[in-house]
Amino acid sequence: MSENGTNGDGHGLNGHGPLSLVPKTDAKQTLKDFKTDQEVRWCPGCGDYAILAAVQSFLPELGLRRENITFVSGIGCSSRFPYYMNTYGFHSIHGRAPAIATGLATSRPDLSVWVVTGDGDALSIGGNHLIHALRRNVNLKILLFNNRIYGLTKGQYSPTSEIGKITKSTPMGSLDAPFNPMSLAIGAEGTFVARTIDSDRKHLQSVLRAAAQHRGTALVEIYQNCNIFNDGAFDPLKDADVRDDITIRLEHGEPIVFGAEREKALRRTRAGSFEVVRVTDVDPSEIAVHDAANPDPSQAFALSRLDSPAFEHTPIGIFRDVDRPSYDELMREQVDEAVGTQGRGDLAALLGSGDTWRID
Amino acid sequence: MTKQVQQLDRVIIRFAGDSGDGMQLTGDRFTQETAAFGNDLSTLPNFPAEIRAPAGTLPGVSSFQLHFADHDILTPGDAPNVLVAMNPAALKANLGDLPRGADLIVNTDEFSKRNLAKVGYAANPVEDDSLAEYRVHALPLTSMTVTALADFDISKKDAERAKNMFALGLLSWLYHRPTEGTLGFLEKKFARKPEIMKANIAAFQAGWAYGETTEAFSVQYEIKPAEHEPGLYRNITGNVALAYGLVAAGERSGLPIYLGSYPITPASDILHELSRHKKFGIRTFQAEDEIAAVGAALGASFGGALGVTTTSGPGIALKSETIGLAVATELPLVVIDVQRAGPSTGLPTKTEQADLLQAMYGRNGEAPVPVIAPRSPSDCFDAALEAARIAVKYRTPVILLSDGYLANGSEPWKLPDVDDLPVIEPAFATADDPGFQPFKRDPETLARPWAIPGTAGLEHRIGGLEKADGSGNISYDPANHDTMVRLRQAKVDGIANDVEPLAVDDPSGEARVLVLGWGGTFGAISAAVRRVRKEGRQVAQAHLRHLNPFPANLAEVLRSYDKVIVPEINLGQLALLLRGRFLIDVIGYNQVRGLPFKAEELQGVIQDVMDSE
Ligand SMILES: Cc1ncc(C[n+]2csc(CCOP(=O)(O)OP(=O)(O)O)c2C)c(N)n1
Ligand code: SF4
Ligand SMILES: [Mg+2]
Repeated sequence: MSENGTNGDGHGLNGHGPLSLVPKTDAKQTLKDFKTDQEVRWCPGCGDYAILAAVQSFLPELGLRRENITFVSGIGCSSRFPYYMNTYGFHSIHGRAPAIATGLATSRPDLSVWVVTGDGDALSIGGNHLIHALRRNVNLKILLFNNRIYGLTKGQYSPTSEIGKITKSTPMGSLDAPFNPMSLAIGAEGTFVARTIDSDRKHLQSVLRAAAQHRGTALVEIYQNCNIFNDGAFDPLKDADVRDDITIRLEHGEPIVFGAEREKALRRTRAGSFEVVRVTDVDPSEIAVHDAANPDPSQAFALSRLDSPAFEHTPIGIFRDVDRPSYDELMREQVDEAVGTQGRGDLAALLGSGDTWRID
Repeated sequence: MTKQVQQLDRVIIRFAGDSGDGMQLTGDRFTQETAAFGNDLSTLPNFPAEIRAPAGTLPGVSSFQLHFADHDILTPGDAPNVLVAMNPAALKANLGDLPRGADLIVNTDEFSKRNLAKVGYAANPVEDDSLAEYRVHALPLTSMTVTALADFDISKKDAERAKNMFALGLLSWLYHRPTEGTLGFLEKKFARKPEIMKANIAAFQAGWAYGETTEAFSVQYEIKPAEHEPGLYRNITGNVALAYGLVAAGERSGLPIYLGSYPITPASDILHELSRHKKFGIRTFQAEDEIAAVGAALGASFGGALGVTTTSGPGIALKSETIGLAVATELPLVVIDVQRAGPSTGLPTKTEQADLLQAMYGRNGEAPVPVIAPRSPSDCFDAALEAARIAVKYRTPVILLSDGYLANGSEPWKLPDVDDLPVIEPAFATADDPGFQPFKRDPETLARPWAIPGTAGLEHRIGGLEKADGSGNISYDPANHDTMVRLRQAKVDGIANDVEPLAVDDPSGEARVLVLGWGGTFGAISAAVRRVRKEGRQVAQAHLRHLNPFPANLAEVLRSYDKVIVPEINLGQLALLLRGRFLIDVIGYNQVRGLPFKAEELQGVIQDVMDSE
């Protein structure tokens, strides 16, 4: 497979690129081509609008035939997304989109399959399917809209809500520790794990670009504001006064430096975690360099642990992007191998296999 | 010495031993020999739920019953004429089923004090007169095998293990079975261990020779081949037939089969079997759970494959929300439920028919699903094809109710001519169809178009939210919901006009009592009906393949008889449906012992109802 060379499409996958089998179009596409005539029904001001616009204006870049793109979603505000995309779409049931999309992606290599899910959909009811899609590395691009709340059911806490969250179902504060979606995805053998923010279109699209080219499952967590039930959840990352100070923008191959004056950096401790240091206090060689392609996930995991509910410092960008054969390629290869070595199946021969006898 | 040869018309043999004694294999080989000889046959394996229950204990007993005859038979038989008991546990567990005068072959080597004590025998039943009513053949099978294999370079353990082949050889001699099949089988099975192979063959031949030379058996039996229609035959279990039916559905529709499954007894063998046939373009996906399994199957159907999922009752419970989604999105999906005894984990290796109401109604909302059931192991092939036909033609999930008895039981199967199998037409919507609407229905079938991703110009969105009639856009309109609920129901109801009417077997036309069954009870009911008729009495029989919708003539059939008996291995689920639908007070007969009905038992039931007329 990819050991043989690095000059194919995408990441040098020698025909195994996630989009190599998806038909392209020469026709020029614009954002408009991806809009439907359905009225968008999110609350005014909801972060989902920004994500929709970012996706619709990004897709033309891929140059894929529209009919070969499919969006599959679960249930939640975010999962209404497919109705607004002029592609094929499947709004399914709560939590099960990765499973349904797995069946689609593994049987149709000519499709670009996207999953849209929420923090409740993906991490609560559908947690099992998410982790298994990640470990299998099915050719799916999963957009996890994380608003840290159940939007559609009107404001209960979610598995990403901070401890002590006061909601309708937790009037005295929620008791359970949240998931860190990046840590979870890395722990689940995810090969592409990234985070971005609804309000930063440029960053969001740069992550989508990389995700689209990734071989296998790409998990993109998108911090999304629910202005009705959890307004301002990510404000520190958006506030022009503090955001540069606390946002760690991960760039593959670059030293991890951040802060308004780029005065802070990350250094790996002997225990393997990261600590924040002042650039002026350390030798440049001590500053960690981000290596998203490192097969060993421990660095990416350590980065994911820098989060805190108080947003002291929050990494965004691509935590991990490693090359591994996708499940659908492998499944296809087994079918091809069976046909190749045994010949295309013959029904009469199959029925008559084993011990038979003839009666005249 | 020359032995007397006695003609029999039928025999029921049960091989019983410890799980580690190879009884399933022994039974299977005897079955193959019997099939090759041309007898009609029917088998019933019975094995413990535990993989390795402690050796020599009652829970560890595994058995295999085979009924074979010179005429066509319908069941694995009520009670064995011959029991082979490889240890005290096997004797104790099976003796209750043995009628007086039956032959009993026991392996005395295993009847040690310790083994007897393990199952609560204070004294050795072979040595006192507690087995006096049987024809006991007390044979040291293990030590005779070890002696016969003295010259082989194998361990004592391996020599002892071959005792099942000694027993098989003996029984093969006793019933005049051909041996080539078993010799060929052993050569293949142990191809990589030539010494073990030769030893097993030697054990088999020693068993045969023992029968021929010893005084212990004075009679040899002959059961003439049965009259069968000309054709090519093989023996087949329900699970394999079902898997083949799915392969055939793929070939006859041109659709790739996509199986999403999660292992569960007694359905796993269908997953195992289909995963071996990738050269037909079949994809098998072992999912993380049943929900993902059916989800992946439905996703594949959305993409234009024939999505299939296989499971047992507990798995259906998990799949129900997705089956509802398939109802709402009107996509083809084949759901196989190999029923086992419930509720909950129940008796995983035992059979039952108690998922009928779950299949009919186990979903939220009005969610009609066609339900069909095979009647015999080989019929699983045709039932699978029929499920696929309905699913594709009507764009609907279909539930097929097999059961543990059909799944593992076997019978001879006359291979169909592949060209005669039904053709299934996917009839995909095509690019740029000007009038395309995702929920515009075919006026005749009420099926919606199947427009798959990759088809230019037909991009659309589907989902579980209610859709506007025609356009398929989300609709919260009350009248539209009422329309859509009724349309989905009418579509399923309409299938009644597209299935074979219910056939009634009433040779004299004078019967006043009808026995109506469904699914895996066909053999037992038919055998019981034959017995009743043999006594000169008239009884009619009919068996349902289609449980939803019922065949169009069912009401008329039911009303043609004074009394309708409905035997089921549940507490009366079909009976409830019939009463509710037709206001006919059918007479239920219900047993839930995890075992198939016995012909004699049903004969009694039928006669009692007739006598009470
Ligand atoms: C089986 C099932 N259980 C519960 C629900 C109700 N439900 C719908 S969406 C949702 C939570 C959605 O939260 P999230 O995934 O975070 O999506 P958001 O609305 O925040 O985008 C719940 C509990 C459902 N539709 N189906
Ligand atoms: S409830 Fe929140 S997440 Fe849902 S549409 Fe409104 S703002 Fe968006
Ligand atoms: Mg949410």
